[in-house]
Amino acid sequence: MTVLSEWGTYFPQLLQGLLVSLRLAAISLGVGIPIGLALAIANGSGGRVVRSVAVVLVEIGRGMPALVMLQLVYFGLPSLGVSFASFTAAALGLTLTTAAYTSEIIRGGLQSVPAGEVEAAEALNMSRFDTLRFIVIPQGMRVAVPSLMGFSILIFQGTALAYTIALPELLATAYSIGSSTFRYLSVLTLAGFMYVAITVPMSMLTERVELRLSRHL
Amino acid sequence: MTPEVLLSILQGLPTTLVLTAGALALGALGGIPLVLLRRSPVALIRLPVRLLIEVLRGIPPIVWLFLIFFGLPSLGVRLGPLTAGILGMGAISAAYLAEIYRGGLAAVNQGQYEASMALGMSTPDMMSRIVGPQVVRVSVPAVATYGIGLLKDSSIAFTIGVNEMLYFASSESRATTDAIGPFLTVAAVYILLSVLSAWGARTLNARLRRRVAR
Repeated sequence: MTVLSEWGTYFPQLLQGLLVSLRLAAISLGVGIPIGLALAIANGSGGRVVRSVAVVLVEIGRGMPALVMLQLVYFGLPSLGVSFASFTAAALGLTLTTAAYTSEIIRGGLQSVPAGEVEAAEALNMSRFDTLRFIVIPQGMRVAVPSLMGFSILIFQGTALAYTIALPELLATAYSIGSSTFRYLSVLTLAGFMYVAITVPMSMLTERVELRLSRHL
Repeated sequence: MTPEVLLSILQGLPTTLVLTAGALALGALGGIPLVLLRRSPVALIRLPVRLLIEVLRGIPPIVWLFLIFFGLPSLGVRLGPLTAGILGMGAISAAYLAEIYRGGLAAVNQGQYEASMALGMSTPDMMSRIVGPQVVRVSVPAVATYGIGLLKDSSIAFTIGVNEMLYFASSESRATTDAIGPFLTVAAVYILLSVLSAWGARTLNARLRRRVAR
């Protein structure tokens, strides 16, 4: 009972933290996925220079741990005279990571569009831009949806890393309650449940969507 | 980027490798009972294990490390940072690898199961001598990808004071006027390690693939 009444007092504060986490994830995904799409297109159809630049950016973004990215943006960039607030730094770091990872997911999706459709579009004298816009992207993105959803769950989990750059998200809120009450186990467990309350339904939904989409393949 | 900074960061390389290898080994072993129980015909076993896998994967790794490192002492369990890191990352890995093995089990040719049964093999024999080794082979690419991800995720252990590479990069960054250099250096080391391990995994996979029945 004591644990439950404790949780009752912690919950409102943790909920505030969860909202920060969710907002951070939404912005990182909302900005990062379109950049990922642009990188995927550059990688697939750009000239040699554009392609090489895209490949290098993606490899750097994927090779670097997200935590290193956050530390670099928040603690490193100020030495070049660029300082960001915690939230901006976290959003920037996670957006770059999202862009790099999702570009590979989307590239896989775009490649799954049969070459015959692209040739057919060419035969109909569609411009390359129109072919991308009306033929390749709508079909390719659909294939990429389940993987993008899976990745979104990981980015939501990744928002917890922003604890290290003093952003008052869910983990930071839980930790600060823990350090003032010394009830780390209790408050961190509640925080864990709150993460699970988002991630487990999301991953079940992802499985559903995957099944649904695979019906048409 | 100076050689001194690089050398200082490389002091953390052994710990990064021990942490990654330890967690991956723990996960590779722990994933086996998890996947077997996850496929149990008894719902009372299957469902709780499924829930356990979902919870292990559903809570961010950094939260698991905090639970183990800051939470468990109140139950009288006090672990050093490295032990806590290996245990936490290992438990998460076990859940992810169990799901990879599950895919591997489905990928083994149905005829292999039938042939083992026709030869009158017991289920444990079939799993350990016929199916298991093939599951290991077909799972290699996915496990390797996971391992490379784990190498990068091991940097999270820096938050509970494990002196791996990011730990040294962070203290270098605070100690000198060059705040960004150490982070760029450690990023380069991680990228180099990922590229090298991806290449190693491809070679290993090409070798093992030759011995899987189709």
